[in-house]
Amino acid sequence: MRHSFHVRVGPVSFRIGSAWPEPIRQLRALYRDYPQDVGVPDFTVRLAPSRPWRRWVRPSVMIEGDYVIPDAAPLPVAHGLLAAEMGMNLQMAMGQRRFLLLHAAAVARDDRAIVMTGESGAGKSTLAALLQARGWRLMADEFVLLEPSSGLIHPFPRPVSLKNGAIDVAAAAFPDAHWGPLMRDTPKGAIRHLVPMPDGLAAGEQPARPVLLLFPRFGLAAEQRPVGAGEAFVRLTQASTNYVILGERGFAALTGLVRGVTRAAIDYPDVETAATMIEALW
Amino acid sequence: MTPARTLAALLVDPAGAQALNDADWTGVLAVARAEQLIGTLAARLDGLDVPTRVRAVLADASATALEGRRQALWEAEMARRALRDADAPVILLKGTAFAAAGLDAGQGRSIGDLDILVPHASLAAVEEALLAHGWMWVKPDPYDDAYYRQWMHELPPLIHPERDRMIDVHHTILPPTARITPDAAKLIARAVPLANGLAMLSPPDMVVHAAIHLFGDGDLSGGLRNLWDIDRLLREFSENDGDFWIALSAAAVEHEAAAVVARAVRLSHDLFATPVPDAWAKLSTVDHWYRRRLLARDGWGRATRPATRLAFYVRSHWLRMPPAMLARHLWIKWRKTAGDREPPPPPAERR
Repeated sequence: MRHSFHVRVGPVSFRIGSAWPEPIRQLRALYRDYPQDVGVPDFTVRLAPSRPWRRWVRPSVMIEGDYVIPDAAPLPVAHGLLAAEMGMNLQMAMGQRRFLLLHAAAVARDDRAIVMTGESGAGKSTLAALLQARGWRLMADEFVLLEPSSGLIHPFPRPVSLKNGAIDVAAAAFPDAHWGPLMRDTPKGAIRHLVPMPDGLAAGEQPARPVLLLFPRFGLAAEQRPVGAGEAFVRLTQASTNYVILGERGFAALTGLVRGVTRAAIDYPDVETAATMIEALW
Repeated sequence: MTPARTLAALLVDPAGAQALNDADWTGVLAVARAEQLIGTLAARLDGLDVPTRVRAVLADASATALEGRRQALWEAEMARRALRDADAPVILLKGTAFAAAGLDAGQGRSIGDLDILVPHASLAAVEEALLAHGWMWVKPDPYDDAYYRQWMHELPPLIHPERDRMIDVHHTILPPTARITPDAAKLIARAVPLANGLAMLSPPDMVVHAAIHLFGDGDLSGGLRNLWDIDRLLREFSENDGDFWIALSAAAVEHEAAAVVARAVRLSHDLFATPVPDAWAKLSTVDHWYRRRLLARDGWGRATRPATRLAFYVRSHWLRMPPAMLARHLWIKWRKTAGDREPPPPPAERR
């Protein structure tokens, strides 16, 4: 393709091709501190015009690649960076087989990790991002990689996709952070990508052992309850995009995870409270 | 060499892997994924020395193919149990048959829907039994449903929602409106039983079906994979049976498919070096067009040669039904989809 960019995030390498230069320029800027990897990629993402003339006339971007969702709606080229990020997520969700994928966030201290999962909007991205200011390194937002053979979490420190109000909150917490461009009026409102702090990027290939599995919910009075292994297992099967296709490996990995960790659901009104609860559970 | 050609060469001769650099591999893997041949490639290259990154991608593909195979065979078993009382032989077709019979063509192959062939007289009983065992209609649209029932060689597709698997129940292997008419009764009469109560087509009929599927129907999307199936089937069957080529000629004539079978054999020989009798070997002028279409894929995994693709797309409908019927069908389909063809306007215009 005319414009392309290679990048490695944790153990996964991507090749992104684009019909337009802007999304690639934005990717280069956003990922400037990541390993720029030109070896054989794990996944290919293509940003292509939805019709040939759409390269010039009201340009609109189709997200394509090794794995494709038919009938996916195109995005305006101004949101090309978002399209690239969605394309990378799509390849992971549909094509990742080396790791059990959990729709979750993870933070770590040294080689011990906390996995946070929950429905979209439960605040796990924001919580994971803000915990970086309290002595945690960010391992993953969106996708947590659980290695079936070892039971370890591998980092996948993609830029955190923050939405609407969370953007300003994180900007206040991290005045020196490296950000992507602010994209208004996306299908999910305003979106801006926050690059993890340097310690998270530096430890981009260091796995950690999961010790705490958290089901956080933001916006409620502080409360905490233990979660049974069975409930945690079922909720995580629903939070995984490749649990079924991994077959027995996926089952063994997931049962191993839920048995080996402390499991808790926490409701929290603010990050300060959540951080205190986490320190106590940990 | 284009990545698609490199892929074809590598499938034939895995030793060629030694000569590839990272850029070659990147292109080959992208094409193999796009053509659903990545699992097959992994099986062919198993045990060879390839770069670490490539090995990791291929290992994932092998694991996926293995799990896919397990699920496909389980789905066949589910169908067998559901149809136990329908009193009809259940003949597996395509990928599931290759896997169930342990054929080379099934090695690493991705398997999609479950395709089965049953006698036309048993269709109603089969449909009833599947619905009773949890399968449901996929196409609630009355036009589509009626179209399938009147004009297609299969029931409208059914899905088992709990397992999220589709089943296509065929009563023959081409739509009744198509130019050629395979002999469904002979397909069924000659079917070979498998150990578990299911059956597969006889070897010559299996090749005829694969050739019809590739060249007598459809627009050749996924064609490279289907031609690879044919290569593997031809090699395995002709090795096991010295009279295979004679049996294949006879079966092709019986199913009015001599031309498509001959083309499949020629192209398989050309692209995958299949050992074939001399009389079947030489490409025709038109075959070169087919080869262009089969290899129309670039190193990013993108479809290339839009004009050739369009020509084969038009041809696929032309083969499937008479012109007046085609016009009516396309008109109805176009009116149904025209409303949502255009992408939504960019945000600036929406406000």
